[in-house]
Amino acid sequence: MQVDIKTTTVTQLRQTFSHTARAIGGDKPASRYQEATYGMQPLVNFHYRPLWQPEMELYDVRRTAVVMRDWYALKDPRQYYYGSYTITRSRQQEAMEKNLEFVEKRGLLRDLPEPLRAKLIHTLVPLRHLEWGANTNNCYITAYGFGVAITQATMFHAMDRLGLAQYLSRIGLSLDGNSGEALAEGKQLWMHDDTWQGLRRLVENLMVCEDWFELHVAQNLVLDGLLQPLVFQQFERRFSSQHGPALSLVTEFMNNWFEETSRWVDATIKTATAESAANSALIHGWVSHWREAVRVAIAPYADAVFIEDAADALAAVDAQFDSRIAKLGLKAAVDTGIAA
Amino acid sequence: MSAVIKEKDRVFVAFQTNDDTRSIVEAIEADNAEAIVSRYPAMVKIEVPGRLVIRRETIEDLIGRAYDLRELHINLISISGNIEESDDELVLHWNQH
Amino acid sequence: MNMPITPQKPAKKLSLKDNYNLLTRGLGWETSYQDMDKVFAQDKFEGIKIHDWDKWEDPFRLTMDAYWKYQGEKEKKLYAIVDAFQQNNGQFNVTDARYINTLKLFLTGVSPLEYQAHRGFAMVGRNFRGTSARIAAQMQAIDELRHAQTQAHTISHYNKFFSGLHDPTHMFDRVWYLSVPKSYFEDAMSAGPFEFITAISFSFEYVLTNLLFMPFMSGAAYNGDMATVTFGFSAQSDESRHMTLGLEVVKFILEQDPDNVPIVQKWLDKWFWRGYRLLTLVSMMMDYMLPKKVMSWAEAWEMYFEQNGGALFNDLARYGIRMPKYHEVASKEKHRLSHEAWATFYNFSHAAAFHTWVPEESEMKWLAEKYPTTFDSLYRPRFEHWREQQQKGERFSNGTLPMLCQVCQVPMFFTEPDDPTKICFRETTYRDEKFHFCSDGCKDIFGNEPEKYVQAWLPVHQIYQGNCFRPGTDPTAPGFEPLAEVLQYYGFHVGEDGGEYLGSLDARNWTQWTGKPAVAE
Repeated sequence: MQVDIKTTTVTQLRQTFSHTARAIGGDKPASRYQEATYGMQPLVNFHYRPLWQPEMELYDVRRTAVVMRDWYALKDPRQYYYGSYTITRSRQQEAMEKNLEFVEKRGLLRDLPEPLRAKLIHTLVPLRHLEWGANTNNCYITAYGFGVAITQATMFHAMDRLGLAQYLSRIGLSLDGNSGEALAEGKQLWMHDDTWQGLRRLVENLMVCEDWFELHVAQNLVLDGLLQPLVFQQFERRFSSQHGPALSLVTEFMNNWFEETSRWVDATIKTATAESAANSALIHGWVSHWREAVRVAIAPYADAVFIEDAADALAAVDAQFDSRIAKLGLKAAVDTGIAA
Repeated sequence: MSAVIKEKDRVFVAFQTNDDTRSIVEAIEADNAEAIVSRYPAMVKIEVPGRLVIRRETIEDLIGRAYDLRELHINLISISGNIEESDDELVLHWNQH
Repeated sequence: MNMPITPQKPAKKLSLKDNYNLLTRGLGWETSYQDMDKVFAQDKFEGIKIHDWDKWEDPFRLTMDAYWKYQGEKEKKLYAIVDAFQQNNGQFNVTDARYINTLKLFLTGVSPLEYQAHRGFAMVGRNFRGTSARIAAQMQAIDELRHAQTQAHTISHYNKFFSGLHDPTHMFDRVWYLSVPKSYFEDAMSAGPFEFITAISFSFEYVLTNLLFMPFMSGAAYNGDMATVTFGFSAQSDESRHMTLGLEVVKFILEQDPDNVPIVQKWLDKWFWRGYRLLTLVSMMMDYMLPKKVMSWAEAWEMYFEQNGGALFNDLARYGIRMPKYHEVASKEKHRLSHEAWATFYNFSHAAAFHTWVPEESEMKWLAEKYPTTFDSLYRPRFEHWREQQQKGERFSNGTLPMLCQVCQVPMFFTEPDDPTKICFRETTYRDEKFHFCSDGCKDIFGNEPEKYVQAWLPVHQIYQGNCFRPGTDPTAPGFEPLAEVLQYYGFHVGEDGGEYLGSLDARNWTQWTGKPAVAE
């Protein structure tokens, strides 16, 4: 049944939800991002203290030392809500699937000379575990963080890290003809090889970091900001220039992903830092502390991957990181005087 | 209610009513002789005593193209029973049968 | 390439199962730089014993690429329909504006639970030590965010034209009847990860959720609400995955250690009753609030609990699990639940954010057919009396505040299991204080964890203690009206959001905008 509506007689009562209107400064048309984000999380009148943390409420701002007047200031510049996030990723996975198929069909990785295959296994496959650690950490932030603005983005980020872990696994399978041997070898390396122990120790330390904003800084800004460019820019470029574009094809997603998500990470850190001198001091301290930890953890890995070129590769990502954090209002660790 | 129900507990699956699911329902009816199909507004529910199987090949024969059983999820509304899923079939069953 | 290639054997074809196992299972590791019990600090305190997380089977074996692919497809479809619905003023195609009240209850009472589920599953997705189990929980966590958001986006359009939909989460945190769903979910979230997942994935999603979504969404379709049907059924496609997780998780826990069985049984008893009491709101939605009715609450209970739930518990009997305690009370109540609930909300309608009304004669006929043993004898006379009062301009409403059950927080209107004319009261004393319950089920739950339930933020108590006024309110000021102030605190648009449907702003606008009567013939 179709009703004939004389639209001229219909006066819309309001433009958006009241809680959205309060957040965007009045009753005006709101975006889907805004309606999906503001006010979704419960704020008051909680019934029971958690058995697992009775000193806190279920949702509690005290789970980080960072203080914000408005936690919804930590907006996502990509304006991702579930729909826009999944639709974007589904397009990217389609492209990535094509790349992986192209490489697999032609055996472009599988048929590489043995030393190169071994090099890729040693350099990339254990990273799948590191990504799983990153998934764990972002899941923690999602579970215990405050305000939908940041916790929905970390949810997406957590799932992205699972995706990255699985794409790295696919690279492993592409190298071993789907036997799983490369994955088994990667796990051995991750667990026991000296090259990887610094990074594994770091990831395990992050997994017990209780302050969720510190964890965000340590994982998503510092560790990723140094390691991702080292692997997916420095290593990938060097490898591709010598051995052809197969690796670029199967790491395209990672590269685009890093660029896209850095924008979001930067926006959250910049806003929290600018909020107060106290936040700024905290975040400076965290960046400095974790940067030193990453420096120590990454050195054996860089030495093994880049050999005599390690210092150059590290210097390049260091410079990139310095210029990145300078834009966030953060000074490089050497200037702050805060001891690591 | 038929007498069958006293012998075996039913499993069920429900789909949105649309063009994709027409062939799926048809395939289920073909593969499950005891299927009971009930149609509700916008929803179709299929019950089978004990065990229900959805076969990839039967659907492929009906739609004339390759089918991935994971596509079922797009239109799935509800299920009841233990699930076993492989590349070729999705089975719902109660263990006592 | 500047090196000779070394052709290897062609890649072997992987089945979905092998592919999933390779991509997923080995991702986690036994930590050694930090103690595993510190990394996963929450999965032991409940007493559940897990010996081998690898025994966990994820029947759907979803990898992230497939997740993005299928979910992206669902979202494209859904938003295309939502856009078309808005462009075509689809909100005016529903049966009549009474129908919108089901959406009000849904958006204020159910959508916030989707958000809570999102956070709760993120906790489980962090805290379990098994990789596959965590991934399944994480996928549910992000799905639940999807549901909260798609519901907001769909109902957003109704909010522009109807009352009572404008401030759902603010109301969820405050309003008396919304503390029923809020306390239910917070009860689960404040427990440990195993209880949470048993409560939500199994007891709610697997055992009870069909009672909410199947009749409600079919009801939405039947009443011309294509937007709600679309988000509802689209959400259900995720829900079938969640239900399966619920069944798998319970089987997994039970199979891991016989000591787990009594713990799980206790949770099943608790969460069946908690969930069933929550569904009281759904019963009145089905029998009273849908202008065109799909099936009665009693029929739905028989089909989805007694029959399907019965089959499920037959299946679980091999683990030593029995039907949840007091399931027979729920069956005794099925012929009265919705009537008792609707009558209560009719009484307190002025303090609610949705409208109530006396059912039409044709509806009473339907109710009498569906409830031959109870409706005409017990409930019809009451509705007819209220209709007469209303026709005389004396629409009945109750100016007091109802007493709430300490556990489920529903007003104490339920009747004795074997006497539908006598209100069921139970009470207990804990640390010299008296607590009141609607049923033996709720009293038992309190008795098992009194230190938890004494903490409950009971809305009516809170009002009496003066905690439900906006900041700066002076209760000693002359002419102070407590109830009016409480409604302000709730964020209601007083005079628009609640009260009698006939003559309401919604009813008047409906007639003016569509040219159709406020109550469809």
